[in-house]
Amino acid sequence: MSNWLASRVRTPGTLSLMVTMSLFVGLSLAGGVRYPGFLAPQVFMNLLIDNAFLLVVAVGMTFVILTGGIDLSVGAVVAFTTVLLATLVQQHGWHPLAAMALALLVGGAYGASMGLMIQRYRLQPFVVTLAGMFLARGAATLISVESIGIDNGFQSALAAVRIPLGGGTFLSTGAVASLVVVIGATVVARYTQFGRTVYAIGGNETSAALMGLPVGPTIVRVYALSGFCAALAGVLYTVYMLSGYSLHATGLELDAIAAVVIGGTLLSGGIGQVPGTFFGVLVLGLIQTLIVFDGTLSSWWTRIVIGFLLLAFCLLQRLLVSRKAFQ
Amino acid sequence: MQRMMSRPLFWPLTALLLLLVVSGLFNPGFLSLQWRDGHLYGNLIDIANRAAPLALVSMGMTLVIAVRGLDISVGAVMAIAAAVAAWTITRLGAGNGSGLLPLCAAFGAALGVATLCGLWNGLLVSKLGMQPIVATLILMVAGRGLAQLVSDGQILTIYYAPYAYLGKGFLFGLPFALFVVAIIFLGLQLLLNRTALGLFVRAIGENPRAAHMAGVRASTITPALYVFCGFSAGLAGLLVSSNVSSADANNAGQLFELDAILAVALGGGALAGGRFSLAGSLIGALIIQALATTIYSSGIAPQVTLVVKAVLVIAVLLLQAPRFRSQVMSLLRRRAGKSA
Repeated sequence: MSNWLASRVRTPGTLSLMVTMSLFVGLSLAGGVRYPGFLAPQVFMNLLIDNAFLLVVAVGMTFVILTGGIDLSVGAVVAFTTVLLATLVQQHGWHPLAAMALALLVGGAYGASMGLMIQRYRLQPFVVTLAGMFLARGAATLISVESIGIDNGFQSALAAVRIPLGGGTFLSTGAVASLVVVIGATVVARYTQFGRTVYAIGGNETSAALMGLPVGPTIVRVYALSGFCAALAGVLYTVYMLSGYSLHATGLELDAIAAVVIGGTLLSGGIGQVPGTFFGVLVLGLIQTLIVFDGTLSSWWTRIVIGFLLLAFCLLQRLLVSRKAFQ
Repeated sequence: MQRMMSRPLFWPLTALLLLLVVSGLFNPGFLSLQWRDGHLYGNLIDIANRAAPLALVSMGMTLVIAVRGLDISVGAVMAIAAAVAAWTITRLGAGNGSGLLPLCAAFGAALGVATLCGLWNGLLVSKLGMQPIVATLILMVAGRGLAQLVSDGQILTIYYAPYAYLGKGFLFGLPFALFVVAIIFLGLQLLLNRTALGLFVRAIGENPRAAHMAGVRASTITPALYVFCGFSAGLAGLLVSSNVSSADANNAGQLFELDAILAVALGGGALAGGRFSLAGSLIGALIIQALATTIYSSGIAPQVTLVVKAVLVIAVLLLQAPRFRSQVMSLLRRRAGKSA
């Protein structure tokens, strides 16, 4: 057992994951000591409910970052999806489920086309997905400049569903969906050929190609997955907010990247885990909850604290990686 | 003709001129200039004046990208500089009759803080070896929070005439902001072309290892370029806030990092480092602003600007990609072969 633990601790990814988990537990306990009612179970359920869309986006982003890439278009794709759904349901009388299916297809195809450009023409992911961000936000504003409210019966009913978990706690449909995504993604990353190829590409793209792994198709699939996740997050966001607006989810890509980094994934690729991202998102949500509970701190402290955490985790990773290189 | 086409500034300049001519054709009077109240007025002057902050940021970005770096915190640094300047002026209780001392204090404080931001980025990249995107992401995330901390979450309004001169004043009939850009540009040109610095920057960008072997001190030059990038972003923040006589921590410099990268790409700079052109980036900034002004003045919905920018980025990127070029070339050759 101690051997197993020791070998686990020595791999940089696992140690980062442990640091993130302890940070989460530590922050929760600190909150519990300072603010009465902080440790109520529903507070943690609300963390999941309020951050469901961020969690889904961050999971997609984890795969992209594991290959050594980045996807800056996710926030814009979320906004585009909310506008698309709202227009289709509200103005064209589509059934919400049909609109959702179309939105997911569009998101996946959008990501795939960005991946294709990155992979085929060796363009930098940063710049291609930046253009993708402009395009998706621009397209969203072209569909509608104003925010569109949704008063569809099915959509509202979906938003009102409370799944009881006993003890008076409950989750929303979005939160459950995001948990399903996390579990599914963990399995895909660990136990499928696709997942192993993703790690191999992030470790060393040339070696992965020399080993005969399907590097090109995997890169395209990874961006398609991220686009799909962003569209799914857009669907969850629409259910959560019951509106479509081109300025929804501005800066979401930054939060997602921050969550992935705080979750222990290396931005240079190859090292990291989906559960880490899960805790990264929870830590971000917890900081916000702490500031809300405090009541005297201003909202901008959230950004400053997230920036500080980013710095701390980047430094920690540099330390771990350089130690690994020396061994 | 062949020789002209191979000049680095040929394509950016052609794009800018084409854009202006097309807008002139669609909006009569677009290209006209007028002399009124001792100032030059017209869309062309307006474009140059509005492009000034972006031009400053693009110059800093050009140099950082030239050494294989990137600074995505420039928008946040602009917001910080604007907030610090506004805070200093309010703190000193400067009104219209209080002389130039508050102005100097505000400039000194804002540019000092912006330079420190650049130094911070430079040290993270160069001393700690972080990836540039990650290193500057930290300040990008935290920066707007810091700016809000300085301005206490308010949009600070500045009632102080000397400060407004920077962004709204005229000198010799031209907007003062143009002179700021010109001075920085000429200073940089002198520094890069009359000393070996330009050569060193290209060397680091083309091949960091070879540059290191040749004795180029990248560990000094790289942070210095980030420092300059922070400084130029700070100056741009001052221009923007002076132009609107207020500092908005949330929206000042929003999306500037993206526009600056676009300006560098449009100006013919290689986004992978090495090849760069300050004049090209200036033209790139002008193209972006000319595009926005054209769309605005021809009555098309301003939201289209985003889509057009996206298409532009993708087109420029593809044209820079060797594989895409060879594909297009072989396609053209096949066509030519068939018709002959």
